[in-house]
Amino acid sequence: MTSASQSLAITAYTATSALGLGRDAQWRALAAETSGLRKQKFDVSDLDCWVGAVDGLDTALPEALAAWECRNNRLAQLALAQDGFAQRVAALRAKLGGDRIGVFIGTSTAGIHHSELAYRARDTTTQKLPDWFSHRHTQSSFSTAEFVATVLDVNGPTFSISTACSSSAKVFAAAERAIRIGLCDAAVVGGVDSLCLTTLYGFNALQLVSGEICRPADAVRNGISIGEAGGFALLEKGPGKLQLLGYGESSDAHHMSAPDPHGGGAARAMQAALARAGLEPGDIDYVNLHGTGTPANDAAEDQAIATVLPAATACSSTKGWTGHTLGAAGIVESVFSLLCIENGFAPRSLNTLTKDPALRGNILLKSERRPIRHVMSNSFGFGGSNCVLIFGGAA
Amino acid sequence: MSKVYIDAVGLAAPGLVSWDEALPILRGERPLVPAPVSKYAPTLLPANEQRRATETVRLAFRVGEEIMRSGVDVSQLATVFASSDADMMVSHRLCMALAQTQRLVSPTDFHNSVHNAPSGYWHIGARSQQASSAIAGHDHSFAAGLLEAITQTQADRQPTLLICYDAPAPEPLHEKRPLASAFAVALLCAPDASSRSIASLAIESLHAEAETQLNDTWESLRLSNPAGRSLPLLLHLAERKSGPILLRRSARSSLALQIAPV
Repeated sequence: MTSASQSLAITAYTATSALGLGRDAQWRALAAETSGLRKQKFDVSDLDCWVGAVDGLDTALPEALAAWECRNNRLAQLALAQDGFAQRVAALRAKLGGDRIGVFIGTSTAGIHHSELAYRARDTTTQKLPDWFSHRHTQSSFSTAEFVATVLDVNGPTFSISTACSSSAKVFAAAERAIRIGLCDAAVVGGVDSLCLTTLYGFNALQLVSGEICRPADAVRNGISIGEAGGFALLEKGPGKLQLLGYGESSDAHHMSAPDPHGGGAARAMQAALARAGLEPGDIDYVNLHGTGTPANDAAEDQAIATVLPAATACSSTKGWTGHTLGAAGIVESVFSLLCIENGFAPRSLNTLTKDPALRGNILLKSERRPIRHVMSNSFGFGGSNCVLIFGGAA
Repeated sequence: MSKVYIDAVGLAAPGLVSWDEALPILRGERPLVPAPVSKYAPTLLPANEQRRATETVRLAFRVGEEIMRSGVDVSQLATVFASSDADMMVSHRLCMALAQTQRLVSPTDFHNSVHNAPSGYWHIGARSQQASSAIAGHDHSFAAGLLEAITQTQADRQPTLLICYDAPAPEPLHEKRPLASAFAVALLCAPDASSRSIASLAIESLHAEAETQLNDTWESLRLSNPAGRSLPLLLHLAERKSGPILLRRSARSSLALQIAPV
């Protein structure tokens, strides 16, 4: 039968982003305050903007996985290979059996870049897409979850969640529920999203891409920098040094591509996460903001912060380091949250020159070294999809 | 494992224009006469959102609004949207635009390209601030969505609306992902039995091997669209039959459900 949600131990975690491969690269860049964003072009893009690209995606997938060939699955493969993550899952598989490990993966665009390449390679007379293009293994949103389950050889409940920029936060909620009702005993959660023309030109068409490096919470912020990333966490029952304490989900019911300016949906998700974690607002030591750097997002999120949390609560967005990694933002920022707990660190808002005086939250302009026990991580997506996670460290 | 209850059904598929009209056909009392799913104008969407909503969004609304017309307050419902391919008409237009040298992308196409576009429009139209997920499982999307809807219903003891849909792609994408026709199904799952309940549903296993197949009338429709994989369940509901239903959920395994009429 049903029970109240229980905290789950996070027994392995990793991320690969523009900051480098694996957890240590993420931590070193956070501590040194060095951004992974570079002013560079992607593919045939002629947009003059900063991007957070992952190096090392030029290597083809191994022969056995050749059917899955695309940038997104290369990134998934590269991310799974870091920090001994795949080996940890293999060890757990030996103990529990692969049928008892679920796979819940967030992605917003999966391998759509492969479709873009295929459309450019259309037969000029028949218009047919090339033989090398497999929709199922690349563009299909499920491809990301199925690829991860295939590489890890596990067969518990497996699906992709694709709710735009909240995708790889919501995987934690799905995994907790599945474990709680007994569908599996452990879960691989994560997210992978890779650079593509669809998001670069799409966000540009919405006038949401900044020509400058993204400046979350800055008085003159004017948009996002797009990044790519992959990351994973292994969730198991029982106590642990690092824990998923709670989550909250809500819908804005306001607009397809703009947040509720009052931050109502965001605030409800934050309150739900606190309630599920059994914490008071004052227990949160640091908030990793969604903080995309668009005028609308940062203002709406600030309203929610002011509604739910004490004014002194330390907040920052880490998108100045990685760019907005879209469907991977939830897992990347979950990994950052866990690094903050492990290292006693609250990062500053990178690239923020002058804090927007209209924002009431305590946006950190200097990084802080102090014990961090409870971190809240916010993720909000198109379609008004909100998900807030709370992570904790052992007392 | 404990049960959930199916309280209402919505349906739109070739020759099956709504759940009520489909019942005699599913029961074999009237023949199935396949015809394309007609265009639908959602009643819940404000005019400006109505203009932007794609055929795929309208397809999802059609079955969701059928649940609403059965007397359910949709503003209180959490939702799970399940689809293999989101909106392939939109991804086709985006890929075509990006293959041109000017790369002129429509901002509306871009916001409609997210997998959770129907979810976003639905929660605006239904004025529901409850949680919503958007799930993909390729050909197993119905099983994945149903599994998540049952899980949410059981774990959080709240009713959950599942909307599973897919619509065909235009060429040249259609050749690579050949869905024969549009298909959408909605199921309202509830944690407790009530006067509305049609059937109970319990998960027996996630690791069955076989898959429920259908007779000649229905098998091609079942395989025509990922949402068509709901037909074994719909036939049991229509005929008020109990028994096991096996839905493929991964390359290796099927979800085994036990259904019983209430």
